[in-house]
Amino acid sequence: MGRYVIRRLLQMIPVFFGATLLIFLMVHVMGDPVAGLCGDRRCDPATATRLKQEFGLDKPVGQQYLTYMGNVFVGDFGTAFNGQKVTELMAAAFPVTIRLTLVAVVFEIVIGISLGVLTGLRRGRPIDTGVLLLTLVVISVPTFVTGLVLQLLLGVRWGVIRPSVSAEAPLDELLIPGLVLASVSLAYVTRLTRTSIAENRRADYVRTAVAKGLPRRRVITRHLLRNSLIPVVTFIGTDVGALMGGAIVTERIFNIHGVGFQLYQGILRQSTQTVVGFVTVLVLVFLLANLIVDLLYAVLDPRIRYA
Amino acid sequence: MTSSWGDPQNPLEPANTNEVQGGKILAMIFRGLKRYDPKTGEAKDMVAESIETKDAQNFTVKIKKGWTFSNGEKITARSFVDAWNYGAHLENNQKNAYFFGYIDGYDKVHPEKGEPTAKTLSGLKVVDDTTFTVKLSQKFSTWPDTLGYPTFAPLPKAFFDDHDAWLSKPVGNGPYAVDSYTKGSQMSLRRWDAYPGEDKARNGGVDMQVYTDNNTAYTNLMAGNLDLVDDVPAAQLRNAGSDLGDRYINTPAGIIQTLAFPFYDSEWSKPGREKVRRGLSMAINREQITETIFQKTRTPATDWTSPVLGKDGGYKAGLCGDACAYDAARAKQLVEEGGGIPGGRLRITYNADTGSHKEWVDAVCNSINKALGKDKACVGNPVGTFADFRSQASQQQLDGPWRAGWQMDYPLIQNFLEPNYFTDASSNDGKFSDEKFDRLVNEANAETDDAKAVTRFQDAEKILAEKMPAIPLWYQNGSAGHSERISDVALNQFSVPVYEQIKVD
Repeated sequence: MGRYVIRRLLQMIPVFFGATLLIFLMVHVMGDPVAGLCGDRRCDPATATRLKQEFGLDKPVGQQYLTYMGNVFVGDFGTAFNGQKVTELMAAAFPVTIRLTLVAVVFEIVIGISLGVLTGLRRGRPIDTGVLLLTLVVISVPTFVTGLVLQLLLGVRWGVIRPSVSAEAPLDELLIPGLVLASVSLAYVTRLTRTSIAENRRADYVRTAVAKGLPRRRVITRHLLRNSLIPVVTFIGTDVGALMGGAIVTERIFNIHGVGFQLYQGILRQSTQTVVGFVTVLVLVFLLANLIVDLLYAVLDPRIRYA
Repeated sequence: MTSSWGDPQNPLEPANTNEVQGGKILAMIFRGLKRYDPKTGEAKDMVAESIETKDAQNFTVKIKKGWTFSNGEKITARSFVDAWNYGAHLENNQKNAYFFGYIDGYDKVHPEKGEPTAKTLSGLKVVDDTTFTVKLSQKFSTWPDTLGYPTFAPLPKAFFDDHDAWLSKPVGNGPYAVDSYTKGSQMSLRRWDAYPGEDKARNGGVDMQVYTDNNTAYTNLMAGNLDLVDDVPAAQLRNAGSDLGDRYINTPAGIIQTLAFPFYDSEWSKPGREKVRRGLSMAINREQITETIFQKTRTPATDWTSPVLGKDGGYKAGLCGDACAYDAARAKQLVEEGGGIPGGRLRITYNADTGSHKEWVDAVCNSINKALGKDKACVGNPVGTFADFRSQASQQQLDGPWRAGWQMDYPLIQNFLEPNYFTDASSNDGKFSDEKFDRLVNEANAETDDAKAVTRFQDAEKILAEKMPAIPLWYQNGSAGHSERISDVALNQFSVPVYEQIKVD
C-alpha cells in the first residue's frame, strides 16, 4: 500500500509540470496583457515597459515559466495586476469554493445515492420511471438555466432566498447554489447507483445473505450497497475537481467570490499569475482526489489489494 | 445604502486608477483643487482658493485654509506637490503619470527611455503652507480645468510612510471615509462628519459590493437587496423602463465611440481615401442602430466631442455635416470615387469579451453592406480579449478600422481632440497626422480667453470632418437603476453616481 501511494505521487510530478506548462503557454498566446490595463487608451510606453519588467513579461516565455515555477516552490505565486498577492486571492477564494463544493458533494451523496437505492430496488415501478425521467430532464438542462430560473423564482418572485450570496458566503446561503452546482452530477449519481444496485441485487452473495436469513436492512446496507458503491465513489471523487473548477458559471450567477470568480477575472484581465496559480492548485486537487478514490476502492472492496 | 461595484483593475491610488470602478471610490474619498459640477460639468474651485496665471504657462495655486484629511492631518501645498511628484515618477509605475506631462521637468522624472534623472518635477515649487507655483512646459490656458480629475488629488503623509497599509484602507479628504475594505468583495464607506467641504454626504454611508456579473446585480436590485446599480446590463435595457419606471436613469456621459483608421497603412492614408472614409460614415444608419440595439442609451454622434461639454464647452451638434448623416446612395458614390475599400473588404476589429460590441459591429457592417450593395463588403473581426485587442491596436498591427472609444478625463474639448488626433499623441493609435490640425490645437492651447480657445479647437475639429480620421458613431449615456428606498440619484458626466447627494428614506 505504501509503495503504491509513493508510485502514484511520483506519477503526479510529470502530470503537474505538463498541465502547468500548458496553461502557461495558453495564457501567453493570448497576447500582451499590459495593453489592457490602460482602458481604451494607450499606456505610456515608459510605464508599460516598467510594468512588463516588474511582472517579468519582457523575458522569453521559457524563462518566465522557469522563474515562475521556482517561485511557486517557495510558496510565492506572484502578484495579480491589481497589486494583490495571488496567495492572498487564494486564501480568500478557496475556502468559499471548498464550502460550496462540500455542499454540492453532500447533496450528491445524500440525494443521489438515496434516490439511486430507491429506484434500483424498485426497478420498473412508477417511482423508478418517474425519477429516471426527472434525472433526464436535469441532465439535459444546462446549469446556467437551472441557476437563473431558481434565482428568479426563489430569490425574486417568492423571496425565499437572497438572489446572491453575501461576501462572507455562510453555509446556509450556499444551499441553493450548491444544489444547482450539484444538479447534473446528482442525476448521474442517481443513475449510476440505480444500475449498480439493480445488477448486484441478483448477485450470488446477495442471495446467500438473504438465504442466511439476514434482516433486509442489513443485506442492503452491508452487502448490496457497499459493493454497488464502487463506480459511484469513482465518479464523485473525480467530480470534486470538476466541481471546484467548474463552479465558474454557478459562482457568477450567485455572485460568489470563489475560485471561479478569480479565474474568470484573471482570464479577462489576462493575469498570467492569477490564472496559472489557481489552475495549478486545481490540478493538485484533481490529482489528490483521484488518489484518494483509488485508495477508497481497497476499503470498499477487500478483494482489491495495492502493492 | 448598498451599491453595486466591480473589483478595481489597478491598485486603488489616485494616479493609478483609470477606470470607472476605482474612480467611483476616489470620487467619494477625495477632493482635489477643483471639482466638476455634477450637473453642468463646470470646473469649480474646491480645495483651491484661487489658481492664477498671466501667461497661460506659469500658475500660482492658493489653497483654502481649514481642510484636513479624514485622519486629521492638515492639507498643505506639500500634500499636493508630494502627491504629484509621486504620480509622475516613472519608478512608481503610476498609469496616469502622463497627466503630469504638461508640468515642466516631466521628461526628467518620466523619460521615454532609460532611467529618470530627477526625483521631483522642477515645475512645482512650494511657496508657503498654502501656496505653490506650477510651471508648464508649454502654454495651456485651460490647464486649471483639468485639475478636477482624481489623479490630481492631494495625498496624506500616511500614503508615503506606509504604502501597503494605506492601500488596504485608503485615507483621503472627501465626504466619505473608508470604514472597512475587503479586497475583491466589499468596501464600507461612512460619512465623514468633520468634512469641511460644502458637498457633505446626505446619507450615512455606502456599502460597495462587488458583483462579477451585472445581471446578478440587476436581479438583486429587483429583489430589493441592492439600492443602486450603475451599470444596467445590455440585455435588460429593454425591460429597465418598465421594471423601474422613473427609477431608471439614462443620462449623457462624456464618452464617444468611433471607428478609427490606420494611417500608418499607405492604403488608407493616401489622398482620396478620405472620400472612402466619408462614404463609409454616410453608410452607417446611426439612428436605427442606437434605437434597436442600444435602446436609446446611445445618441447618434455629429461631432468628435460630447454633449456633456455643453455649447460653451465646445460641443457643436452637426459639426460633422453631411458626412455623419445616413445617405446610402451618396455613400456608395463616394466610396467608388475614392477608389473603393482598400483590399476590397472592410474588417472592423473589436474585442469580444466585454460590452456587447459584436451586436453593433454586425449592425454597422450590415448597414454598410446594404448601402454599398455588396454582401461581404464589411465583416466584423473579433479579438478574444480586451488586452489583446488593445495591444494590437496600440502597436499598429491592424490593417482596417477598429472600435475606438474615448472616455473623457476632464470636460474639456481639448481632451477629446488632442490625445486622439494630434501628431504622435498618446492615444493616436491610428497615427493620424495633419499639420493644420496640429497648428490650430497649439494656437488654441495658447489662447488665454476660454471662448476663443474653444473656437480654435472647433476650427481644428472641422479638419477632422474633412479628413475623417475616425468615424464618429454615437455618444454613450450612463445608465443606472435604484431602489425605492433612495432618492436624488444622479450620474455625473463620468457616469459615476453622485453618491453624496443621495437621500435614504
